[in-house]
Amino acid sequence: MHIFGVLFRLAWRNLWRNHRRTIIMLGAMGVGVWAMIFMTALTRGMVDQMITDSIGVLPGHVQVHDPDYQDDPSISNRIFVTDDEIRERLDTTAIKAWASRVRAPAVITSERESRGVTLLGVDPDAEREMSFFDYDDVDGRFLTDVGDKGIVIGRKLAETLETEIGKRVVLMSQDPDNDIADRGFRVVGLYTAKTKAVEEAYAYVGKGTAQTMLRVGDATSEIVFLGDDYRDVDPIYDAVVSAVGDGLSIQRWYDIDTYLGTMLRVMDGFVLIWVVVIFLAQSFGLVNTLVMAVFERVREIGLMLALGMKPGSILGQIVIESMLLMTLGLAVGNFLAWATVVPLESGIDISIVGDGMEMWGMSSMLYPKLYASDMVLASVVVLLLGFLASLSPAWRASRYEPVEAITKV
Amino acid sequence: MSAVRCVDLCKTYRQGDQDIKALDHVSIEIAKGGFVCLSAPSGGGKTTLLNAIGGLDIPDSGEVYVDGQRIDNLSKGDLADLRLRQIGFVFQAYNLIPVLTAQENVEFVMQVQGVAASERNDKAKEILKEVGLEGLENRRPAEMSGGQQQRVAVARAVASRPALILADEPTANLDSKTSDGLMELFTELNENHGSTFIIASHDQRVMNYAKRLVRMLDGRIVEDIDQRAA
Repeated sequence: MHIFGVLFRLAWRNLWRNHRRTIIMLGAMGVGVWAMIFMTALTRGMVDQMITDSIGVLPGHVQVHDPDYQDDPSISNRIFVTDDEIRERLDTTAIKAWASRVRAPAVITSERESRGVTLLGVDPDAEREMSFFDYDDVDGRFLTDVGDKGIVIGRKLAETLETEIGKRVVLMSQDPDNDIADRGFRVVGLYTAKTKAVEEAYAYVGKGTAQTMLRVGDATSEIVFLGDDYRDVDPIYDAVVSAVGDGLSIQRWYDIDTYLGTMLRVMDGFVLIWVVVIFLAQSFGLVNTLVMAVFERVREIGLMLALGMKPGSILGQIVIESMLLMTLGLAVGNFLAWATVVPLESGIDISIVGDGMEMWGMSSMLYPKLYASDMVLASVVVLLLGFLASLSPAWRASRYEPVEAITKV
Repeated sequence: MSAVRCVDLCKTYRQGDQDIKALDHVSIEIAKGGFVCLSAPSGGGKTTLLNAIGGLDIPDSGEVYVDGQRIDNLSKGDLADLRLRQIGFVFQAYNLIPVLTAQENVEFVMQVQGVAASERNDKAKEILKEVGLEGLENRRPAEMSGGQQQRVAVARAVASRPALILADEPTANLDSKTSDGLMELFTELNENHGSTFIIASHDQRVMNYAKRLVRMLDGRIVEDIDQRAA
């Protein structure tokens, strides 16, 4: 260990021997690391928001359905567990909210237009925590109870149907016996969603009213559970399995929406590739700096070898110098990333490309997410690859013959 | 036992199309505590012989013994260890590590040897005082004159009390006054510490200080004079 002290001292002082070169290299490393983390934060924010928005709209974190519902999401594949039964058995520690819904494909018709929609029969009180819009922001009003006779549709759907609050529309679907089930509703509210597609997709009615219309008694189509973090759904899943028991399909959000689940996994790989690619570009500068530093110090290295320093120590000195340079670069880059991402976490307005973003299920605000794990990943990759990149010049330095090196002009 | 013994050393360098015999069947024995000057014109083989003795260069044939141990067949690592623990070096130029202060340069070998911080600190201060550099401990090489730098190099070479000190043209870049000062220092250290000094030089002043003068020409020893007797 005694040798480490002298190697560290030599490495540190040699680092500052050519201030300008070191500062330029630190600047390049800092910007590179900043780019790694900043771009990762933007992408994380984008994916995070996409997932949060998507599973926050209706799916929740864990869902319960009839086993055949995925293949045929009609009211024929309904479930008969009541809210009271669940309430009695459910451990709510990990659960923020839950609700059972009637959900069925339907056609909504105004006096001018018709559109296919998803009929949602909901309990307004249970649904409040899980709703993707604030009830108070609804034009008109939201539903008041399960027996409410009104209907709440999206603003875009109202435009499409050329209808408005106070007008009547007809919902038509099928009951479990495949007979037509329809009913007239008065539009009582218009909700606003982050995307127009969502505003056109869902029509809310009272759960009891929907059950009556579809002639399903107390049965529902799905029970949805929401926790605090979409990345940590296992505790909710376990609680739901205990509460609901066998015979039903219980799925996590990423089992239902495999596209989003895959995207989340791909994202981790993407971050790693992105970090590696940026560093590889930087490594040319690093290797060049080290090669120059070694080249300028041939006689000095020869002297140290002549005085009895082992080649391994010379190698260690160059590697330590490289590690110090990278550690400083990482400190600069991480600080820059923190200083630029944190003020932007309240959101970046990208409404100028809002329509394009909507295609990806995103809203017009982008919220960068700075994860400590991404900063750690960038730092580990930089240190690891930097270590590998420094081995070549360090090895070269350690192979000098002392006599030749000392006399090198 | 002798400090150094070389038996029938040969070393040939290739320079362009020519083979240059740097050492041509050289045999020499140097007693412990000796103060020897290897003198030769440029290319005469003195530095090659010095490097062979110091384990910096391996002869093509022949044997080199330092303190009774054969060293020409040692591995690079073992040679490094030998240089670290048994030999002190003073080179012609570029003797010091530029990023270290005078004191740190003197401590360098001891630190690599693993000597405790307080001990090497005391030794470095003491030896710097002995070579007349008290007060300059914190100066870096660039802030010192050539003579002062050579004194630091000498201090480093003797600080860990090696049995053998090898100096290659130590006065080549110094003026006459500084050269005399350096040689007086060598003489003093040789007498006070009992270290064996082998100095390669074609400087007449250095030759005058040596107790033994070995003249070389074209890689061969042509004259070996005990100057104490003269």
